[in-house]
Amino acid sequence: MFDRPDLIYRYDGGFEGLMCCVYESFYKREIPLKIIVRDEAQESLFEVREIATDIKKATRVKGAIKEKISGEALKFVYRAFLADLEDKELCILRFLILGFKCGAKVLRMLTDDRVAVLYKAVRHLNNEAELLRGFIRFSDFGGGLFATIEPKNRVLPLLKHHFMSRYPDGCFIIYDKTHCLALVAYKGSCRIVQVEDFMPPSPDTDELQYRAMWKRFYETIAVEGRENPKCRMSHMPKRYWAHLTEMQPIPDIGGLTGGSLRPIAEG
Amino acid sequence: MNIMDKLTILAASAKYDVACTSSGVERKGQKGGIGNASSAGICHSFTADGRCITLLKVLLSNSCVYNCCYCVNRRSNDIRRATFEPRELAELTIQFYRRNYIEGLFLSSAVIRNPDYTCEQMIKVLEILRNEYRFGGYIHAKAIPGADEQLIRKIGLLADRMSVNIELPTQKSLQLLAPDKTKESILKPMALISQSIAESRSELVRYKNAPSFAPAGQSTQLIVGATPETDYQILNLASALYKKYGLKRVFYSAYMPVVEHNNLPSLTTKPPLLREHRLYQADWLLRFYKFDASELLDEKNPNFNPYVDPKCSWALAHLDCFPVEVNTASYEMLLRVPGIGVRSAQRIIRARKTGPLDFDGLKKLGVVLKRAQYFILCRGKAVPGLKMSHESILRGLLSDRSMRLMDGEMGEQLSLFDDTHVTREDVLKCLTGQI
Repeated sequence: MFDRPDLIYRYDGGFEGLMCCVYESFYKREIPLKIIVRDEAQESLFEVREIATDIKKATRVKGAIKEKISGEALKFVYRAFLADLEDKELCILRFLILGFKCGAKVLRMLTDDRVAVLYKAVRHLNNEAELLRGFIRFSDFGGGLFATIEPKNRVLPLLKHHFMSRYPDGCFIIYDKTHCLALVAYKGSCRIVQVEDFMPPSPDTDELQYRAMWKRFYETIAVEGRENPKCRMSHMPKRYWAHLTEMQPIPDIGGLTGGSLRPIAEG
Repeated sequence: MNIMDKLTILAASAKYDVACTSSGVERKGQKGGIGNASSAGICHSFTADGRCITLLKVLLSNSCVYNCCYCVNRRSNDIRRATFEPRELAELTIQFYRRNYIEGLFLSSAVIRNPDYTCEQMIKVLEILRNEYRFGGYIHAKAIPGADEQLIRKIGLLADRMSVNIELPTQKSLQLLAPDKTKESILKPMALISQSIAESRSELVRYKNAPSFAPAGQSTQLIVGATPETDYQILNLASALYKKYGLKRVFYSAYMPVVEHNNLPSLTTKPPLLREHRLYQADWLLRFYKFDASELLDEKNPNFNPYVDPKCSWALAHLDCFPVEVNTASYEMLLRVPGIGVRSAQRIIRARKTGPLDFDGLKKLGVVLKRAQYFILCRGKAVPGLKMSHESILRGLLSDRSMRLMDGEMGEQLSLFDDTHVTREDVLKCLTGQI
């Protein structure tokens, strides 16, 4: 493999596309300076080569990773692709070059920089997905559930399984504002789609009442005399607060003090 | 009374129960129902005191016929009383669950009329959830001491986890503070639950569709600091509960003075949070680090060291076992190195298979060397430039909090030294077990 500090690959930003970049790199026995996504602004002092996405090539690369490294390595590379990591494409390429040389043991070479950098990023992705399983807050709009998140990593594929199992018949949308993606589930099937912008409808009285009750519960359950803001912050970092119902000021809703809530039929 | 008021009263009454986990059971969502369970548990929020919220933790009622003097809900206390209608609480649980506020319900109750009636009301809530809503989320239910066995069994078949709170670690303290309860009335349901769990497990081996009884196991809670028991007594009790009753968790709750009473610490007493923290650390060592209670404390040293955590304290008392060579030490021994946790130990084992590790390598694995460096060697060598002076070891081993403690900022909280001027020498002696 030769370093080509004068060459940039440009691909469509998808995982299959990245696999085609890997194919190109091995076919031409070269390592580009950068691998960039098509719609990113770039300074083109260097030669930019367009890498077309070809499912056949991508499948061959994936097959080779499974066969020459391991199935676990392919899963790992996919997670790394979802992670928030600068120049992740090049990092993945370098990891795979090492992997094709060393085989399955590459996943245990945790002290090699090419491996360590991806491990750290994947750990961060996994942690964020785990936190969001708990921190996502849905609002109920006439039986459909809607939530907004602003994650650093592309966590939606990691959340899919959990929420499909949680609401087996439910209709719900999780909107990833950072990456303009949405997980849309409808009665047992789901997909991830590109979304430009999305404004949820305004909440009805029932929704506002449940929000108010949750906030009240949240405030009531804390034990006075044990305040520990530092501990809370480390478990629940501030960047998630913007979408946490309990951390929002509660809008004034009249009518809550009298009578009880009417039951809402299950969808 | 509206539901917002009920929620406020009944959440406030439940908040001193510290158990709040949704772990121990893995269950997929079923078509036609709502909810699943994840064995690692999921935290949904963290309160201002830094504790995790995972379940809707409320009492069904706080109108208690008992008069335990440490308890806010005791009969003679002048507070507002409320009781949920079973359906009302089930509905609230589902609505919170839909919005992903919670993993499920933690249901406990004061004793309304009598233990049996209380259990029946609790069962109603759980039946509506499980049978009508086909709720597959997590349910933790408290067993009410003194209730009929059949009712306890019924709750166990609906809940994922059950608990009976011991609260006070000895019979003597129990008599003093909770005259309506006896040791037997607490241990009896505990034994019944642990037996039912064991039976249900063995039946599940034989019949795939046998009903499962509290599949996430049983837990309990001990109050720390309301009565004079030592850490040694408390930890021994916890250890016995893990062994004898197969408990999944023992929770420790620093006593918050909520009532004025001759037999209790005064209302101005601060909750012993550091002590509670040390007990949790020790409990962790019992469950995940293969320590035995007798290794951590004994009759001569019946309380934990306030300056260093129990593992560090153990290491300092066993300096002859150190330093250990990272490249050859067993997993069990790595776990005993201060500063190396389960994850770090696993990563070390994984990484050293591909080649010898040095200190740079350890850093890349994410192993924090601040404390570990005094106890390990890499390829026969210590960290380059490591100073083994008293001062530097102190700085290395003590947390920032302990440093402040030592510098006198928090000195008044310490009862270890009569003299308020704690010197570094004193601390070092304390660390190495010479005091």
